[in-house]
Amino acid sequence: MNGSSVTEPVGAESIYTHAGEPALEVHDLTVAYRSQPVLWDIDVALPEGRLIAIVGPNGAGKSTLLKAALGLVKPTTGWIKVFGAPYTQRRSWVGYVPQRESVDWDFPTSVIDVVCMGLYGRVGWLRRLSREHREIARACLDKVNMAHLAHRQISQLSGGQQQRVFLARALAEDARLYLMDEPFAGVDAATEHAILMLLQELRGRGRTVVAVHHDLQTVSDYFDYVVLLNMRLIAAGPVSTTFTQENLHKTYGGRLTVLSKAADALFTQKETEPE
Amino acid sequence: MTYTLQNVLLGSIMLGVSGGVLGSFAFLRRQSLLGDALAHAALPGVCIAYILTGTKAPLPLLLGALAAGVTGSLFILFVVRWTKIKEDAAIGIVLSVFFGLGIVLLTRIQKMTGGNQSGLDKYLFGQAATLVEEDLKLMAILGAVALIIVAAGFKEFKLISFDPGFGQSLGYPVRRLEILLTCLLVIIVVVGLQTVGVVLMVATLITPAAAARQWTERLSIMVILAGAIGGLSGAVGAVASATAERLPTGPMIVLVSSAVLVVSLLFAPERGLLWARLRDHKVRDRIRRENLLKDMFLMAERSGETGAFVSSPSLMGLRGRGHRDMIENVRPLVRDGLIERGTDEFRLTESGLAEAERVVRNHRLWEVYLSSNLALPLDHRAQ
Repeated sequence: MNGSSVTEPVGAESIYTHAGEPALEVHDLTVAYRSQPVLWDIDVALPEGRLIAIVGPNGAGKSTLLKAALGLVKPTTGWIKVFGAPYTQRRSWVGYVPQRESVDWDFPTSVIDVVCMGLYGRVGWLRRLSREHREIARACLDKVNMAHLAHRQISQLSGGQQQRVFLARALAEDARLYLMDEPFAGVDAATEHAILMLLQELRGRGRTVVAVHHDLQTVSDYFDYVVLLNMRLIAAGPVSTTFTQENLHKTYGGRLTVLSKAADALFTQKETEPE
Repeated sequence: MTYTLQNVLLGSIMLGVSGGVLGSFAFLRRQSLLGDALAHAALPGVCIAYILTGTKAPLPLLLGALAAGVTGSLFILFVVRWTKIKEDAAIGIVLSVFFGLGIVLLTRIQKMTGGNQSGLDKYLFGQAATLVEEDLKLMAILGAVALIIVAAGFKEFKLISFDPGFGQSLGYPVRRLEILLTCLLVIIVVVGLQTVGVVLMVATLITPAAAARQWTERLSIMVILAGAIGGLSGAVGAVASATAERLPTGPMIVLVSSAVLVVSLLFAPERGLLWARLRDHKVRDRIRRENLLKDMFLMAERSGETGAFVSSPSLMGLRGRGHRDMIENVRPLVRDGLIERGTDEFRLTESGLAEAERVVRNHRLWEVYLSSNLALPLDHRAQ
């Protein structure tokens, strides 16, 4: 619904310089869970119209960054803006794909009902879904090749199918920016391909996708922009220039345990500014 | 119908319906124990309200229960949020601490002058026969309010029960909705105290929900069904306790709904244990029988005599199966006239031969398809 105002993506530079506000702007962000820092001083601006991977080792704060952007976790310091405004003012611009394991798939409901949840933001409080809403949901299911399973119980889905249902639900939100938490995790080859096609279609329509991604092998094939994260921002930029051996080494190779131990020590002693 | 029975019946049905509906959400959100803790937490509230006001009138006592129930649930919420104690432990702590306090207060009240007539012990196991019209009115109003809220916000409650994180990303005040659901649960618990009592209250919330879940894969139907099962159990339990002499109502209601649950766990289609086992056995037996026919056919084909007897050890050796195991599969084949049984040897009858041929043919066609279209290796037996 907001997509119509988006300019067609031409080249990388033109988007970055002409699209105005960055899709996601993170400023001075620190997040701590129970005195345990998860993200430290993150400063980054992500351009619109790109497929962006957030890459980093386990516990690097990748999911936390997404959740902070969605207002699901409160930052200790700093802020995040979505297209130049706080998330609370941009909710309808953002679609969210949580981790597949975050819900109980034995819940008594059907595929189409889950996809319809993506429309709740538009339907509004206490209102019922109309026939048109169901049509939209069905069209979204069709985009992930799941239309034939619309009335299947969600408890009968395979892992790949579960992931597609979540993607269809995000599509139903018709967002300008999609935040996805490990969309490729644990899916079969067919689903992986279907997701890839979907991401490229979204980019073709000028949408932005920010996805937590685990498989280093496929980063340069699937994405065109990358954020390397390990509690701190290691690097961010186009895959061709940023996804380098050196940066990867900084992200993963710096012996994670040593790095986090050092950070822990700095944090608990409350010494002068780390680094 | 006597006045008392009428009251007991109405009260039990109203409690069953509202308990089943609210319990469904607690059940799906894995908060079954929370209901139990809330019920137990209500007891000290009743006692304190009695000590403060000195009356036995239900309204102040139930308000006390309500306050204590809400305190207990907030307590759990805070413990989980601010300490490292997990929810199950927090629930256990609140349940036992509040219940212990309640029992201490109850004992003290019993020992106070005139305390014996306080009748507070009815809140332990419930005493539906003491329900009067005033109680029923209160139950009807509170129950109706809870049901109307659930019906109006059904879409929202469904969302936060299935995927609270997503609901939050859409801008729904998930935490507040969760608290609202918990408060409704507390209200139903309080409504049910006089009828069922704090100890068994959780059963009226969870048992109908668990039974209803067995029969449907749709939340709306599950909620309605849970209400129906709860109401029916209430009615049957109330009547049963009234007809037989001196049977307590609350425990009877619980026994009836538990019976429904057992039947549902065993016999519900799809999710029922019995059908699942039966399906597994059917498939297994069919595969084994077809394999047996196929093996005999292939052995006969190789030896060139299709009607020849095959010894049972040689058949067993083919798939490493025990003797007893195999005889179990042979028996129905003999009964259907597909196999003829000699002493420790078998042979295919004419119709058995035809059936075996069909099985082998299907199998070979499938093999050809797999190996030529999907490039899978051939079955070693077919080579």
